Amino acid sequence: MSKVPGDRKYTKDHEWVRSEADGTAVVGITDHAQQQLGELVFVELPETGRSFGSGENCAVVESVKAASDVYAPVAGTVMAVNEALGSEPGLVNTDPYGAGWLFRVQPDSGAVAGLLDAAAYQRLVDGAG
Amino acid sequence: MNREPVVFEHSRPGRRAPSHAPAHCADTASLPQELLRRSPPLLPEVSELDAVRHFTRLSQLNFSIDTHFYPLGSCTMKYNPRAANSLAMLPGFLARHPLGAVGHGQGFLECLFELQEMLKAVTGMQGVSLTPMAGAQGEFAGVAMIRAYHAARGDHARRVIIVPDAAHGTNPATATMCGYDVREVPTGPCGDIDLDALRQAVGPDTAGIMLTNPSTLGVFERRIAEVAGIVHAAGGLLYYDGANMNAILGRARPATMGFDVVHLNLHKTFSTPHGGGGPGAGIVAVNQRLDPFLPVPIVGERDGRYVWLTERERPQSIGRLSAFMGNAGVLLRAYVYMRMLGAPGMRRVADYAVLNANYLMTKLRQAGFDVAYPERRASHEFIVSLKAIARDTGVTAMDFAKALLDRGYHAPTTYFPLLVPECLLIEPTETESCEVLDGFAAALVAIRDQARSDPAAVKAAPLTTPVRRLDDVRAARDLDLTWQRRKSPAGAS
Repeated sequence: MSKVPGDRKYTKDHEWVRSEADGTAVVGITDHAQQQLGELVFVELPETGRSFGSGENCAVVESVKAASDVYAPVAGTVMAVNEALGSEPGLVNTDPYGAGWLFRVQPDSGAVAGLLDAAAYQRLVDGAG
Repeated sequence: MNREPVVFEHSRPGRRAPSHAPAHCADTASLPQELLRRSPPLLPEVSELDAVRHFTRLSQLNFSIDTHFYPLGSCTMKYNPRAANSLAMLPGFLARHPLGAVGHGQGFLECLFELQEMLKAVTGMQGVSLTPMAGAQGEFAGVAMIRAYHAARGDHARRVIIVPDAAHGTNPATATMCGYDVREVPTGPCGDIDLDALRQAVGPDTAGIMLTNPSTLGVFERRIAEVAGIVHAAGGLLYYDGANMNAILGRARPATMGFDVVHLNLHKTFSTPHGGGGPGAGIVAVNQRLDPFLPVPIVGERDGRYVWLTERERPQSIGRLSAFMGNAGVLLRAYVYMRMLGAPGMRRVADYAVLNANYLMTKLRQAGFDVAYPERRASHEFIVSLKAIARDTGVTAMDFAKALLDRGYHAPTTYFPLLVPECLLIEPTETESCEVLDGFAAALVAIRDQARSDPAAVKAAPLTTPVRRLDDVRAARDLDLTWQRRKSPAGAS
């Protein structure tokens, strides 16, 4: 059974985004996503300073089973990426909502809209599962 | 079974195979002295018998089409007829130098010319180039020609290649390599491409679409004519990925479906040996629109003689993909295979490839396995989903794959296509008998029974192979392919 914390929003493509007090937002992939992929062997992160639209390809997570695109849950500019994933991609498996975060963005509009809350994402996963 | 050491571990200083040593040393006096190496290269020093035993033992570790059923979906691992091999190994072919005069190689050129003509017939296309040396290079050539076509018309706004979500990963990779952006379109519930989504996706930026038909989901794209209409109306071209040509060989032609360019894997459909990365042949075939852009050289016929057509005769060509004409040995084997079969034989290839897949799919369904798209007839391959078994027992598709090895079967493709969870993609090919298919189905049933009674035993497989379960995660994260000589205790080299 996968975990779905209530302190953040989700996409139907299994990314999570958590708004921070300083107005930035942190992005990662969900517990369900990492379970489906299996153990990650490589994570390709965007360059700091890059901007993208909502839904655009912004990262790649690769396991022994599959390589999968990560789509930006919000439009914005990359402020920082999780450098630790370069040597330890498995952090996404062991702690997808914490140490396995992917990158931090400054959202364009300031607001994080049009995303699923934890209950709606849980229903999506249950429906697929 | 014991591990076979690398050949360097058999090495002993000074040991030689004298009967194979060259009688004369090469004269190096005319070479620049500063370019000559000063120490001998690190080659293994073994006797002839050591070498023979080493490579024979390695060959015995193979799990291959010559030793086992190999239903690796999407890879078309069919029997490679020995006749194709022995004819391609005739001394006149083997000893021919690719730079030899055209007048000395008319027989070889005639074979390639006829191969081009036969490939035109099976694809319905107007022009063929044999030069791409693998499927991926054929894809690259195909999309590079689409790009050259738009560029020649001054149409530089077309930046996007459309790819269905069921596609082989090589398709978006190829489009990216050719400088395009990739736009994905989804698959509908019955395995066909979602036409409404396709209509939304096309526009003045559409360079083309890359499709496999039958698709990677093992079903025929039934509305292919509408797909072609939509893409052509938007000004884009259609690329046919020949991965699954075995299902339609001699029965349907990509040109009739509306495709503009095709690549075919001769090492799949036309049964040349493959696996382990090569050598291959990923020929491309095109209609009139793309013909000027074909990679060179191509074999032409002029006044009853066969000649190479190069950049001189074909100035709009995308250029060369290999030093010469591609993998000559692979092309010759495919040529012999096609000549042996003829048109009626090629139709039988498709008939039996599809019959075998449907027979095996029906047998597994009757045994209680879940197949993807159960309402559809399979093409030459089909998908079993082990999602329910994995949920109930913890035994996954990967565990099934490993357990099949112990029962004498190569595993089907696992976890591909990505759309179907816990899947096996099974392609039996036309060269397998009913008894083999029955045995394979029985093995899957036996593994499922064991998954329910003793899941730990399935998860421990394979037990009978030269190496047990490999740590594929560590192999990907921490790849190390070098062998290090162990320091001897005496400190000698």
